[in-house]
Amino acid sequence: MNEFFNMGGYAVYVWSSFGISFVVLLFNVIFPIMRRKQLLREVRGHIKRNRI
Amino acid sequence: MSSSSTLSLSDRFWRWFHGFGSPARFDRFAQKALPWFSWSAGILLLAGLIGGLFYAPTDYQQGESFRIIYVHVPAAWMSLFTYVIMAAAGAVTLIWRMKLADAVARASAPLGASFTALALITGSLWGKPMWGTYWVWDGRLTSYLILLFLYLGYIALVNAIGDRRTGSRAGAVLALVGVVNLPIIHFSVEWWNTLHQGATVTKLDAPSIDTRMLIPLLVMFFGYQLYYFAVMLLRVRNELLDTERRTQWVARLLMGDPARDKS
Repeated sequence: MNEFFNMGGYAVYVWSSFGISFVVLLFNVIFPIMRRKQLLREVRGHIKRNRI
Repeated sequence: MSSSSTLSLSDRFWRWFHGFGSPARFDRFAQKALPWFSWSAGILLLAGLIGGLFYAPTDYQQGESFRIIYVHVPAAWMSLFTYVIMAAAGAVTLIWRMKLADAVARASAPLGASFTALALITGSLWGKPMWGTYWVWDGRLTSYLILLFLYLGYIALVNAIGDRRTGSRAGAVLALVGVVNLPIIHFSVEWWNTLHQGATVTKLDAPSIDTRMLIPLLVMFFGYQLYYFAVMLLRVRNELLDTERRTQWVARLLMGDPARDKS
Protein backbone atom coordinates (compact mmCIF):
# COMPACT_ATOMS: atom_id res chain seq x y z
CA MET A 1 0.00 0.00 0.00
CA ASN A 2 2.82 2.39 0.90
CA GLU A 3 4.49 1.42 -2.33
CA PHE A 4 1.36 2.43 -4.23
CA PHE A 5 1.24 5.89 -2.67
CA ASN A 6 4.96 6.32 -3.21
CA MET A 7 4.53 5.92 -7.03
CA GLY A 8 8.14 4.81 -7.47
CA GLY A 9 9.42 8.11 -6.10
CA TYR A 10 7.17 10.26 -8.32
CA ALA A 11 4.44 10.65 -5.67
CA VAL A 12 4.54 14.49 -5.64
CA TYR A 13 4.10 14.79 -9.41
CA VAL A 14 1.57 12.00 -9.90
CA TRP A 15 -0.69 12.85 -6.97
CA SER A 16 -0.67 16.59 -7.52
CA SER A 17 -1.60 16.01 -11.21
CA PHE A 18 -4.54 13.81 -10.26
CA GLY A 19 -5.51 16.09 -7.36
CA ILE A 20 -5.54 19.29 -9.41
CA SER A 21 -7.50 17.58 -12.20
CA PHE A 22 -10.07 16.34 -9.70
CA VAL A 23 -10.49 19.76 -8.08
CA VAL A 24 -10.84 21.62 -11.41
CA LEU A 25 -13.36 19.11 -12.81
CA LEU A 26 -15.33 19.22 -9.55
CA PHE A 27 -15.55 23.02 -9.46
CA ASN A 28 -16.68 23.04 -13.09
CA VAL A 29 -19.71 21.03 -11.94
CA ILE A 30 -20.36 22.93 -8.69
CA PHE A 31 -20.28 26.46 -10.17
CA PRO A 32 -22.99 25.95 -12.83
CA ILE A 33 -25.23 24.16 -10.30
CA MET A 34 -24.90 27.07 -7.84
CA ARG A 35 -25.50 29.52 -10.69
CA ARG A 36 -28.64 27.62 -11.68
CA LYS A 37 -30.05 27.84 -8.15
CA GLN A 38 -29.37 31.58 -8.06
CA LEU A 39 -30.91 32.08 -11.53
CA LEU A 40 -34.03 30.09 -10.61
CA ARG A 41 -34.54 32.31 -7.52
CA GLU A 42 -34.07 35.48 -9.57
CA VAL A 43 -36.31 34.49 -12.46
CA ARG A 44 -39.07 33.08 -10.21
CA GLY A 45 -39.11 36.31 -8.20
CA HIS A 46 -39.26 38.32 -11.40
CA ILE A 47 -42.17 36.30 -12.78
CA LYS A 48 -44.10 36.53 -9.48
CA ARG A 49 -43.65 40.30 -9.23
CA ASN A 50 -44.88 40.72 -12.79
CA ARG A 51 -48.01 38.67 -12.16
CA ILE A 52 -49.17 40.66 -9.13
CA MET B 1 -46.67 25.03 -48.55
CA SER B 2 -46.50 21.39 -49.51
CA SER B 3 -47.56 18.59 -47.18
CA SER B 4 -44.86 16.92 -45.09
CA SER B 5 -44.79 13.79 -47.26
CA THR B 6 -43.59 15.76 -50.29
CA LEU B 7 -40.95 17.80 -48.44
CA SER B 8 -37.49 17.45 -49.88
CA LEU B 9 -34.69 16.10 -47.76
CA SER B 10 -33.03 19.49 -47.39
CA ASP B 11 -36.33 21.09 -46.33
CA ARG B 12 -36.68 18.44 -43.68
CA PHE B 13 -33.14 19.05 -42.51
CA TRP B 14 -33.73 22.80 -42.17
CA ARG B 15 -36.96 22.20 -40.32
CA TRP B 16 -35.15 19.92 -37.91
CA PHE B 17 -32.30 22.44 -37.64
CA HIS B 18 -34.61 25.30 -36.71
CA GLY B 19 -36.64 23.13 -34.36
CA PHE B 20 -33.52 21.96 -32.60
CA GLY B 21 -32.30 25.55 -32.41
CA SER B 22 -35.44 26.59 -30.55
CA PRO B 23 -34.35 27.35 -26.97
CA ALA B 24 -37.51 25.83 -25.44
CA ARG B 25 -37.11 22.58 -27.30
CA PHE B 26 -33.39 22.34 -26.68
CA ASP B 27 -33.91 22.98 -22.97
CA ARG B 28 -36.32 20.05 -22.78
CA PHE B 29 -33.83 17.88 -24.66
CA ALA B 30 -30.98 18.96 -22.35
CA GLN B 31 -33.04 18.27 -19.26
CA LYS B 32 -33.69 14.70 -20.41
CA ALA B 33 -30.16 14.08 -21.69
CA LEU B 34 -28.31 15.45 -18.65
CA PRO B 35 -28.70 12.46 -16.28
CA TRP B 36 -27.50 10.08 -19.04
CA PHE B 37 -24.40 12.14 -19.78
CA SER B 38 -23.64 12.75 -16.10
CA TRP B 39 -23.91 9.13 -14.99
CA SER B 40 -21.97 7.67 -17.91
CA ALA B 41 -19.27 10.35 -17.48
CA GLY B 42 -18.99 9.60 -13.75
CA ILE B 43 -18.77 5.83 -14.28
CA LEU B 44 -16.19 6.10 -17.09
CA LEU B 45 -14.02 8.60 -15.19
CA LEU B 46 -14.00 6.33 -12.13
CA ALA B 47 -13.25 3.23 -14.24
CA GLY B 48 -10.48 5.05 -16.09
CA LEU B 49 -8.99 6.26 -12.81
CA ILE B 50 -8.94 2.77 -11.31
CA GLY B 51 -7.63 1.27 -14.55
CA GLY B 52 -4.92 3.89 -14.89
CA LEU B 53 -3.72 3.64 -11.30
CA PHE B 54 -3.96 -0.14 -10.73
CA TYR B 55 -4.44 -2.07 -13.95
CA ALA B 56 -1.91 -0.38 -16.23
CA PRO B 57 1.64 -1.76 -15.86
CA THR B 58 4.62 0.46 -15.01
CA ASP B 59 6.34 2.10 -17.98
CA TYR B 60 9.81 0.69 -18.60
CA GLN B 61 11.32 4.12 -19.31
CA GLN B 62 9.26 6.59 -17.30
CA GLY B 63 8.42 4.40 -14.29
CA GLU B 64 5.24 5.36 -12.39
CA SER B 65 5.37 8.98 -13.56
CA PHE B 66 3.83 7.94 -16.90
CA ARG B 67 0.47 7.58 -15.06
CA ILE B 68 0.09 11.35 -15.42
CA ILE B 69 -0.85 10.47 -19.02
CA TYR B 70 -4.35 9.52 -17.76
CA VAL B 71 -5.14 13.10 -16.77
CA HIS B 72 -2.82 14.92 -19.18
CA VAL B 73 -3.74 13.49 -22.59
CA PRO B 74 -7.56 13.56 -22.18
CA ALA B 75 -7.38 17.17 -20.94
CA ALA B 76 -5.14 18.14 -23.85
CA TRP B 77 -7.43 16.45 -26.37
CA MET B 78 -10.55 18.02 -24.85
CA SER B 79 -9.04 21.50 -24.95
CA LEU B 80 -8.78 21.15 -28.75
CA PHE B 81 -12.17 19.46 -29.16
CA THR B 82 -13.86 22.17 -27.07
CA TYR B 83 -12.21 24.85 -29.18
CA VAL B 84 -13.54 23.32 -32.40
CA ILE B 85 -17.07 23.25 -30.91
CA MET B 86 -16.72 26.85 -29.69
CA ALA B 87 -15.48 28.10 -33.07
CA ALA B 88 -18.16 26.17 -34.99
CA ALA B 89 -20.84 27.53 -32.65
CA GLY B 90 -19.35 30.98 -33.21
CA ALA B 91 -19.66 30.53 -36.99
CA VAL B 92 -23.32 29.50 -36.64
CA THR B 93 -23.90 32.54 -34.39
CA LEU B 94 -22.44 34.85 -37.03
CA ILE B 95 -24.22 33.30 -40.02
CA TRP B 96 -27.68 32.38 -38.66
CA ARG B 97 -27.72 34.46 -35.45
CA MET B 98 -28.88 31.37 -33.63
CA LYS B 99 -29.23 32.00 -29.89
CA LEU B 100 -28.59 28.36 -29.06
CA ALA B 101 -25.23 28.35 -30.87
CA ASP B 102 -24.18 31.43 -28.93
CA ALA B 103 -25.18 29.71 -25.67
CA VAL B 104 -23.09 26.66 -26.66
CA ALA B 105 -20.05 28.85 -27.40
CA ARG B 106 -20.38 30.76 -24.12
CA ALA B 107 -20.92 27.54 -22.18
CA SER B 108 -17.88 25.88 -23.75
CA ALA B 109 -15.32 28.64 -23.11
CA PRO B 110 -14.82 28.11 -19.34
CA LEU B 111 -14.62 24.35 -19.89
CA GLY B 112 -12.07 24.77 -22.65
CA ALA B 113 -10.01 27.13 -20.48
CA SER B 114 -10.11 24.57 -17.65
CA PHE B 115 -9.02 21.70 -19.91
CA THR B 116 -6.19 23.81 -21.35
CA ALA B 117 -5.00 24.89 -17.89
CA LEU B 118 -5.10 21.25 -16.74
CA ALA B 119 -3.13 20.10 -19.79
CA LEU B 120 -0.48 22.75 -19.10
CA ILE B 121 -0.28 22.09 -15.34
CA THR B 122 -0.22 18.27 -15.54
CA GLY B 123 2.20 18.55 -18.46
CA SER B 124 4.67 20.61 -16.46
CA LEU B 125 4.27 18.25 -13.48
CA TRP B 126 5.23 15.48 -15.89
CA GLY B 127 8.03 17.49 -17.49
CA LYS B 128 9.82 18.23 -14.22
CA PRO B 129 10.83 14.60 -13.44
CA MET B 130 11.16 13.52 -17.11
CA TRP B 131 12.77 16.55 -18.80
CA GLY B 132 14.22 18.16 -15.69
CA THR B 133 12.20 21.35 -16.14
CA TYR B 134 8.61 22.51 -15.55
CA TRP B 135 8.55 24.69 -18.61
CA VAL B 136 10.31 25.17 -21.92
CA TRP B 137 9.44 27.78 -24.55
CA ASP B 138 9.02 25.29 -27.40
CA GLY B 139 6.39 25.17 -30.15
CA ARG B 140 3.96 22.83 -28.40
CA LEU B 141 3.94 24.52 -25.00
CA THR B 142 3.88 28.05 -26.39
CA SER B 143 1.02 27.34 -28.81
CA TYR B 144 -0.87 25.73 -25.91
CA LEU B 145 -0.36 28.81 -23.78
CA ILE B 146 -1.79 30.86 -26.67
CA LEU B 147 -4.81 28.52 -26.69
CA LEU B 148 -5.38 29.32 -22.99
CA PHE B 149 -5.19 33.06 -23.77
CA LEU B 150 -7.68 32.61 -26.62
CA TYR B 151 -10.19 31.06 -24.22
CA LEU B 152 -9.58 33.71 -21.55
CA GLY B 153 -9.74 36.43 -24.20
CA TYR B 154 -13.08 35.10 -25.45
CA ILE B 155 -14.52 35.06 -21.91
CA ALA B 156 -13.24 38.56 -21.16
CA LEU B 157 -14.49 39.92 -24.49
CA VAL B 158 -18.07 38.58 -24.36
CA ASN B 159 -18.43 39.74 -20.75
CA ALA B 160 -16.87 43.18 -21.30
CA ILE B 161 -19.24 44.23 -24.10
CA GLY B 162 -22.49 45.50 -22.63
CA ASP B 163 -24.73 44.63 -25.57
CA ARG B 164 -25.08 40.86 -25.57
CA ARG B 165 -25.42 40.36 -29.32
CA THR B 166 -22.44 42.57 -30.10
CA GLY B 167 -20.42 40.70 -27.47
CA SER B 168 -21.41 37.36 -28.96
CA ARG B 169 -20.38 38.43 -32.45
CA ALA B 170 -17.05 39.85 -31.31
CA GLY B 171 -16.37 36.63 -29.37
CA ALA B 172 -17.29 34.51 -32.40
CA VAL B 173 -14.85 36.45 -34.59
CA LEU B 174 -12.08 36.00 -32.02
CA ALA B 175 -12.83 32.26 -31.76
CA LEU B 176 -12.74 31.86 -35.55
CA VAL B 177 -9.48 33.78 -35.95
CA GLY B 178 -7.97 31.61 -33.20
CA VAL B 179 -8.65 28.45 -35.23
CA VAL B 180 -5.30 29.20 -36.94
CA ASN B 181 -3.64 28.08 -33.71
CA LEU B 182 -5.06 24.52 -33.91
CA PRO B 183 -2.87 23.17 -36.76
CA ILE B 184 0.09 24.95 -35.18
CA ILE B 185 -0.51 23.00 -31.95
CA HIS B 186 -0.92 19.74 -33.84
CA PHE B 187 2.15 19.99 -36.04
CA SER B 188 4.36 21.84 -33.53
CA VAL B 189 6.09 18.63 -32.44
CA GLU B 190 6.99 17.89 -36.06
CA TRP B 191 7.89 21.41 -37.20
CA TRP B 192 10.17 22.33 -34.32
CA ASN B 193 12.68 20.18 -32.52
CA THR B 194 11.35 19.90 -28.99
CA LEU B 195 11.34 18.03 -25.72
CA HIS B 196 7.69 17.11 -26.15
CA GLN B 197 7.19 13.58 -27.46
CA GLY B 198 5.40 12.94 -30.75
CA ALA B 199 2.09 11.13 -31.21
CA THR B 200 1.83 7.75 -29.51
CA VAL B 201 -1.81 6.73 -29.78
CA THR B 202 -2.99 8.34 -33.00
CA LYS B 203 -0.13 7.21 -35.23
CA LEU B 204 -1.52 5.65 -38.38
CA ASP B 205 0.38 2.39 -37.96
CA ALA B 206 0.01 0.40 -34.74
CA PRO B 207 0.01 2.67 -31.70
CA SER B 208 3.25 2.39 -29.75
CA ILE B 209 1.62 1.75 -26.39
CA ASP B 210 0.83 -1.42 -24.40
CA THR B 211 -2.85 -2.48 -24.62
CA ARG B 212 -3.17 -2.56 -20.83
CA MET B 213 -2.01 1.05 -20.77
CA LEU B 214 -4.15 2.04 -23.73
CA ILE B 215 -7.52 0.75 -22.49
CA PRO B 216 -7.70 2.91 -19.33
CA LEU B 217 -6.57 5.87 -21.45
CA LEU B 218 -9.41 5.33 -23.92
CA VAL B 219 -11.90 4.91 -21.06
CA MET B 220 -10.65 8.16 -19.48
CA PHE B 221 -10.85 9.82 -22.87
CA PHE B 222 -14.55 8.97 -23.32
CA GLY B 223 -15.15 9.92 -19.70
CA TYR B 224 -13.75 13.41 -20.34
CA GLN B 225 -15.76 13.67 -23.54
CA LEU B 226 -19.05 12.83 -21.80
CA TYR B 227 -18.09 15.06 -18.87
CA TYR B 228 -17.74 17.95 -21.32
CA PHE B 229 -21.19 17.33 -22.79
CA ALA B 230 -22.79 17.03 -19.34
CA VAL B 231 -21.31 20.29 -18.01
CA MET B 232 -21.82 22.06 -21.33
CA LEU B 233 -25.55 21.17 -21.33
CA LEU B 234 -25.80 22.34 -17.72
CA ARG B 235 -24.23 25.68 -18.65
CA VAL B 236 -26.32 26.01 -21.83
CA ARG B 237 -29.47 25.58 -19.73
CA ASN B 238 -28.24 28.40 -17.48
CA GLU B 239 -27.49 30.64 -20.47
CA LEU B 240 -30.96 29.98 -21.93
CA LEU B 241 -32.69 30.57 -18.59
CA ASP B 242 -30.79 33.83 -18.22
CA THR B 243 -31.44 35.21 -21.71
CA GLU B 244 -34.98 33.84 -22.13
CA ARG B 245 -36.24 34.80 -18.68
CA ARG B 246 -39.06 36.95 -20.08
CA THR B 247 -40.45 34.26 -22.39
CA GLN B 248 -43.51 32.06 -22.02
CA TRP B 249 -41.63 28.79 -22.03
CA VAL B 250 -39.48 29.82 -19.07
CA ALA B 251 -42.58 30.93 -17.15
CA ARG B 252 -44.19 27.57 -17.89
CA LEU B 253 -41.01 25.72 -16.98
CA LEU B 254 -40.69 27.47 -13.62
CA MET B 255 -44.31 28.14 -12.66
CA GLY B 256 -46.47 25.93 -14.88
CA ASP B 257 -46.29 22.68 -12.98
CA PRO B 258 -45.09 23.18 -9.39
CA ALA B 259 -44.78 19.43 -8.84
CA ARG B 260 -41.89 19.09 -11.28
CA ASP B 261 -40.21 22.49 -11.36
CA LYS B 262 -37.15 21.27 -9.46
CA SER B 263 -35.12 21.38 -12.68
